[in-house]
Amino acid sequence: MTNIDLTNASLKQFGEMLQSKKISSTELTETFLARIKQYNPNINAYIALDESKTLAQAKAADALIASGNIAPLTGIPIAQKDIFCAKGWQTTCGSKMLANFIAPYDAHVISQFDAVGAVNLGKTNMDEFAMGSSNETSYFGAVKNPWSFDRVPGGSSGGSAAAVAARLCAAATGTDTGGSIRQPASLCGLTGLKPTYGVVSRFGMIAFASSLDQAGPMAKNAEDCALMMNVMAGFDERDSTSLNREKENYTRDLNKPLHGLKIGLPKEFFAEGLDADVGKVIETAIAEYKKLGAQIVEVSLPNTGLSIPVYYVLAPAEASSNLSRYDGVRYGHRTAEYTDLMDMYCKSRAEGFGAEVKRRILIGTYVLSAGYYDAYYLKAQQIRRLIAQDFVEAFKQCDVIMGPAAPSTAFKAGEKVDDPVAMYLQDIYTISTNLAGLPGMSVPAGFAQSDDGKSLPVGLQIIGNYFDEARMLNVAHQYQKVTDWHTQAPNLNMPEGTA
Amino acid sequence: MALSIEDIKKVAHLARIDISDADANATLTKLTGILDLIEQMQAVDTKSIEPMSHSQDLNQRLRDDVVTKTNLRDEFQKNAPMLGNGSNEQAVADGLYLVPKVIE
Repeated sequence: MTNIDLTNASLKQFGEMLQSKKISSTELTETFLARIKQYNPNINAYIALDESKTLAQAKAADALIASGNIAPLTGIPIAQKDIFCAKGWQTTCGSKMLANFIAPYDAHVISQFDAVGAVNLGKTNMDEFAMGSSNETSYFGAVKNPWSFDRVPGGSSGGSAAAVAARLCAAATGTDTGGSIRQPASLCGLTGLKPTYGVVSRFGMIAFASSLDQAGPMAKNAEDCALMMNVMAGFDERDSTSLNREKENYTRDLNKPLHGLKIGLPKEFFAEGLDADVGKVIETAIAEYKKLGAQIVEVSLPNTGLSIPVYYVLAPAEASSNLSRYDGVRYGHRTAEYTDLMDMYCKSRAEGFGAEVKRRILIGTYVLSAGYYDAYYLKAQQIRRLIAQDFVEAFKQCDVIMGPAAPSTAFKAGEKVDDPVAMYLQDIYTISTNLAGLPGMSVPAGFAQSDDGKSLPVGLQIIGNYFDEARMLNVAHQYQKVTDWHTQAPNLNMPEGTA
Repeated sequence: MALSIEDIKKVAHLARIDISDADANATLTKLTGILDLIEQMQAVDTKSIEPMSHSQDLNQRLRDDVVTKTNLRDEFQKNAPMLGNGSNEQAVADGLYLVPKVIE
């Protein structure tokens, strides 16, 4: 084995090591599997591991590399959020409902990684059916934040975020319906991108709210995210909302200078509700952008505050419809004892779904029920248009919008679990981009001190116009060339017996 | 709009989720909080605003009416749940899924 620090290398560096045969994919994969064995029992970032499948892929990748057939991610171990069906893998979406489900086919995202010879390292933990902002709703137990084990990693892609932060994978996939890539990326100190709606196929990705769900990369830095996007993005006819666009190279603009870039700061993102220390970190990051030649303009997104009420009508409405498929008939949990079909449905669903999922199904059913449809569902769709129009107006004055990704740093486990409304406010800065369908990312911008003296990561959010991912990655990459927040990793060596 | 226990039970029935009286009470408190949050929408004048159901103005793509998928029935049936009511057999027979008798 080599002396290279494998755990902190970028995807590009891993690629170079593999190509120059400094290390094999099998060695690299075994290194990560050993790290997972050591640290995952504490962090709980993974739901499913399958060493024999993973190592078989690594061996196949080594054969590809030996034959000179190497793509940028060939042989690199990637963690997959457990929302993606991967053939032959347990695929649970963090739910008891699917605890025994073995996916019979691959999600488009999974087959895209397979096609370039990347290695599936395992399935990462998540809030049940992606409903949560703390990873505490998973049937498979909460995930711990690697920066402070008594705190949450964010959610719903909290397992992926913790796995990247703890260097238990080279990079990971996530999905984002209301902030589920960006908020955990912010809380765990990594770079995460939610693309424009329709850029990454949802085929084989277990549905939560279909008009909002979008998959994206979670990685150490912007360049890694660009390399992941080159694999994940692209037209897929099996997703009726997949956009038929020309294939892009997301690394193409990484090195463009930022001179003259217009950054819009929405005043609503810096108002009441934002933690003062987080605000300071964001201001320092903006000052760094000024040094890089960017101009700052104030913009307004006046309907930001309404994005949460609108989301908590639309997302549960779509979820209540999507999750009606779990009936205990063809797959998923079926109750042990029942009298008739109705009894089988009602008991199977009562037992198979956790409390938060049930709450959202009930809200969705309520807002769609006779007599309330116009007052809730239609009204929410109308305000959704106002929110989207706010962005259209803002982007007339700027190239990208910046602000915090989350209102606070990682909060303590258990702190918000009994107060859904407080939990929902975690996504105040992220939800509006999902409603509008815009791309957004979170980039490590520094640390804020907690009351108990811990340094906790803060994420800067970058929101782009439709299909402007390459520019956003450029904007993030240039910042990462002059800062080192994204290279910092937590110390995982906790005292004995704290597991 | 105040929710009642009866509303919770009715909605739970529509959603095909069994709910105990104790759970219905706890759910009532939480859903009331969430509906209060949602209620903020009512202050907005949305007259003549076109509802937005989707972020992209898409038309449904059409495809030729030809078979494109292979039959994966056997593969899919491996995920069938246990029959239940004392049986440890999977709820499948002859390529079909087994459910309680629906028509007398």
